[in-house]
Amino acid sequence: MFVAKSIAADHKDLIHDVSYDFHGRRMATCSSDQSVKVWDKGDDGEWHCTASWKTHSGSVWRVTWAHPEFGQVLASCSFDRTAAVWEEIVGESNDKQRGQSHWIKRTTLVDSRTSVTDVKFAPKHMGLMLTTCSADGVVRIYEAPDVMNLSQWSLQHEISCKLSCSCISWNPSSSRAHPPMIAVGSDDSNITYSGKVQIYEYNENTRKYAKAETLMTVTDPVHDITFAPNLGRSFHVLAIATKDVRIFKLIPMRRESANSSGPTKFEVQVMAQFDSHNSQVWRVSWNITSTLLASSGDDGCVRLWKANYMDNWKCTGILRGDGSPVNGSGHAAALSQIRSSLRESS
Amino acid sequence: MEELQQNLIPGAGFYQKHLGFEWGPGDLIVYETNYKLQGPRSAGSPSVHIVRRDEDICSPILRKLFSESHLIFVGLQKIKEDVPSKNKKSQFVSISKNYRSVIRACMEELQQNAVSTQSGSLASQYGDQVSILLAIELIWNLCEVLFIDAAPAGSLLLQLLDWVRLHKSDVDAKAREVLQSDSPAQHQSYWDVVISLVLQGRTDEARQVLSKQASLRAESSSVFKRMDGLLQTMPIFNPTGTQTLTEFEVKWRHWHEECDRCLQDNTFASNRHLETICKILVGDEDTLLEQKELLSTWYHFLVTRLLFTHPTIKPPDLHYYAQSSMNMFLGPRASPEPLDIILLSAFEFDLHQVIKDCSIALNNWWFVAHLTDLLDHCKLLQSHNLHFGSNLREFLVLEYASGLFTHHSLWQLAVDYFDHCPEFGRVYLELQIERVPLDTERKAIKVLRICEDRQMSEQVRSICKIMAKRALRNNRLGSALSWTIRAKDAAFATLISERFLQDYSNKGSFTDLDLLDNLGPAMLLSDSLTFLGKYREFHRLYGEKRFSEAARLLLSLMTAKIAPRSLWMTLLTDALPLLEQKEVIFSVDQTYELMSCLEELNSGTKHSNLTDQDEDIESTKTELLRLALARNLTMAIVKEGTIET
Repeated sequence: MFVAKSIAADHKDLIHDVSYDFHGRRMATCSSDQSVKVWDKGDDGEWHCTASWKTHSGSVWRVTWAHPEFGQVLASCSFDRTAAVWEEIVGESNDKQRGQSHWIKRTTLVDSRTSVTDVKFAPKHMGLMLTTCSADGVVRIYEAPDVMNLSQWSLQHEISCKLSCSCISWNPSSSRAHPPMIAVGSDDSNITYSGKVQIYEYNENTRKYAKAETLMTVTDPVHDITFAPNLGRSFHVLAIATKDVRIFKLIPMRRESANSSGPTKFEVQVMAQFDSHNSQVWRVSWNITSTLLASSGDDGCVRLWKANYMDNWKCTGILRGDGSPVNGSGHAAALSQIRSSLRESS
Repeated sequence: MEELQQNLIPGAGFYQKHLGFEWGPGDLIVYETNYKLQGPRSAGSPSVHIVRRDEDICSPILRKLFSESHLIFVGLQKIKEDVPSKNKKSQFVSISKNYRSVIRACMEELQQNAVSTQSGSLASQYGDQVSILLAIELIWNLCEVLFIDAAPAGSLLLQLLDWVRLHKSDVDAKAREVLQSDSPAQHQSYWDVVISLVLQGRTDEARQVLSKQASLRAESSSVFKRMDGLLQTMPIFNPTGTQTLTEFEVKWRHWHEECDRCLQDNTFASNRHLETICKILVGDEDTLLEQKELLSTWYHFLVTRLLFTHPTIKPPDLHYYAQSSMNMFLGPRASPEPLDIILLSAFEFDLHQVIKDCSIALNNWWFVAHLTDLLDHCKLLQSHNLHFGSNLREFLVLEYASGLFTHHSLWQLAVDYFDHCPEFGRVYLELQIERVPLDTERKAIKVLRICEDRQMSEQVRSICKIMAKRALRNNRLGSALSWTIRAKDAAFATLISERFLQDYSNKGSFTDLDLLDNLGPAMLLSDSLTFLGKYREFHRLYGEKRFSEAARLLLSLMTAKIAPRSLWMTLLTDALPLLEQKEVIFSVDQTYELMSCLEELNSGTKHSNLTDQDEDIESTKTELLRLALARNLTMAIVKEGTIET
């Protein structure tokens, strides 16, 4: 059913994040060994490491690519309270022959007083904008006004969420029907502020981000959050990794004409909820067409979820490590399977 | 709920218990990690794993299936709505047959490869694919008979017989073997062949094989003649003939009674094989079930049973016989396979169930997408009261096409599929076409053309911008400029024009002359670009010695404010050679204008960051210009004041 191929990553410590570039031909990995590695997929389909360098003075939590319209640009965030922007420069010809490329730091963003837990670029139609969130509960939105000069970034917005933030997700929709929207998840165990997912929306008139919605039903720490690609729907879909996997439907309600200055009101529905991991869920992510959601949990499994044409969600695959040390084959091999429950199928 | 099987990734889960992941194009990257820990640990994460579903898309032979069926699909979509339905039915049946022949061709190639390959694992892989395609063709064929051709009573059984015969080809091989042997009647498979032929309703062929027996035994020839007679007189319905179904039914009953009489009279008691055949002709269920090995499948049993008990079976009555045949054949302990369930659902005319079960059983959407699409065209999904009829078709086609999109060459086929999904096709295409890696200019242009044809202007802009940016990074200014123009990106055009001009002032010449000379109306995209184009034109005119035109152009660049202030000095310096020609080129008025430009330039802010040396050079240039302008003015006044005689 599945085949897997392994690549020796050579990080000296835990890998915390892996990010594919927009076209899926390059990938970046970041680690507790404080470095980021960039890998390129060759014409032979094999991945080669083309750059590896120390990026921070603490564990690097996340790494992310900017849209290729802005060039070859990466952002990373770290326990060392900073986020950084990196750009690849076209190297000397002998570097190209050796298959190496150089990345230089364009800027360091030092506004956070605590570990920076997530870094994401905003959708490209908003320009070159970078967003970070930190354990100090602040979401910061930076903009590079001149896309040719990546060393100049200005802090455009600071959103104080009152809770330690763990993850952010931009609504990727570029439709003019709705303003820019960002969801922030918190892993704070504070019980006073019980809603652990907040949604902020940009207001054209005030030129500020205002809170549009708090998902009060999400009361447990949230570890990951992600909007689904839009695909022409009138509503938004948001997946959340918390003590289970939850998929919310956010339906914008029609504005009354008198109240047109406030943020959009949403009707919030739960589209699906899965507790198959039976434990904390740490990551959720949509595939490109938003037809599949993957989640990873404390049970050491990655589960794939799919909706059929009746909008009924079902698990369509489970991946797990076999618990063996590195096998080093490097060839694509079919994965062996085991039955996870002891019940015999009758 | 039954838990799914877990797929184990070797080499993961040893050091760390959590799995991190990220979606890629068509695959997932999975790696060991630990989400709870903060701060460094000594154990590293040795590998990342690229995981994907084992899909047929990777097989080169199946790719032929995809590309040929793509042609059929596109042809099907073009069938006009207003053609009368009778003609359409035959068209649909023929399309269905086309699909099936593509499947068969693919199967044969796979089979050949399975036989010829050296590798054992490849052979078994091919073998697996062949069985899957066999099953697919079996199901498709049945759907064609029941749904698309929708044969009525009478023809229905005949078509089902064809269907069974097509999928049980070992009978022909055995028959050939028997007939070609030295003494066919003694061959150990002789009676098996005869009975198999009878079971398939191939009475003429059965008679032919039987005749080999008859010639040997003179004393029992009458018994064989009797059997021959029965077989010969068995009525077969002729759908194109004049006989009605009722008439046929009457005839058939007579014949059936005659066979029964032979049994009652013990006519064939002397030969147990002939007795068995007679019992088959009468449709005796127990006898039929005894032939399990020869029938090999319950649906063969079903069709044979119907042939000898209910040859005029009507479509709605099929399902009862299907269910009971399956139960009888498989017995109480055996459980039906997924294929059996699918076929049963087809016999029950439950299209929805067929599609659903096929979607689950197969790891590729090819079959359900194309079949459902065809059934939808036959308007069959709607008649089954599925309000999401056309949505179901679209859902499956979108799934199939999205799967194709991750492939480096098949993605182009996917475009046509998206084009024929009215609700979501466009938005799916917009989303996925942006992700096609732009490895080469040629590929980028291919992708662009697809977007331009569909007025996907944002995608066009984005792709051009990406290519422009890439070219600029690699210092290929000409390429960057042409992509920028195609992207209609004014800001970027300004940037690149400025780089061109910078290059010019560094090197003293322009690159990419062809491009600059043929900008045409694209020049208007940005002011800087317009200036660049016109400036290059000035140089060209000068080179062609069309001095007065060049002079006019140069002046207009400054007076019409097309040229940026920063370059005025350069332009004025360019005017020097024109001023120093023997012939007067600039008119009096033009010279006055140049002079005022020069003064305007000098009255502006002084460049405080210039070194003393640079300031000297600047003032020298200004002096030179003033002198040249004054001289030109003199000559121009004289020239214009002189009356030409």
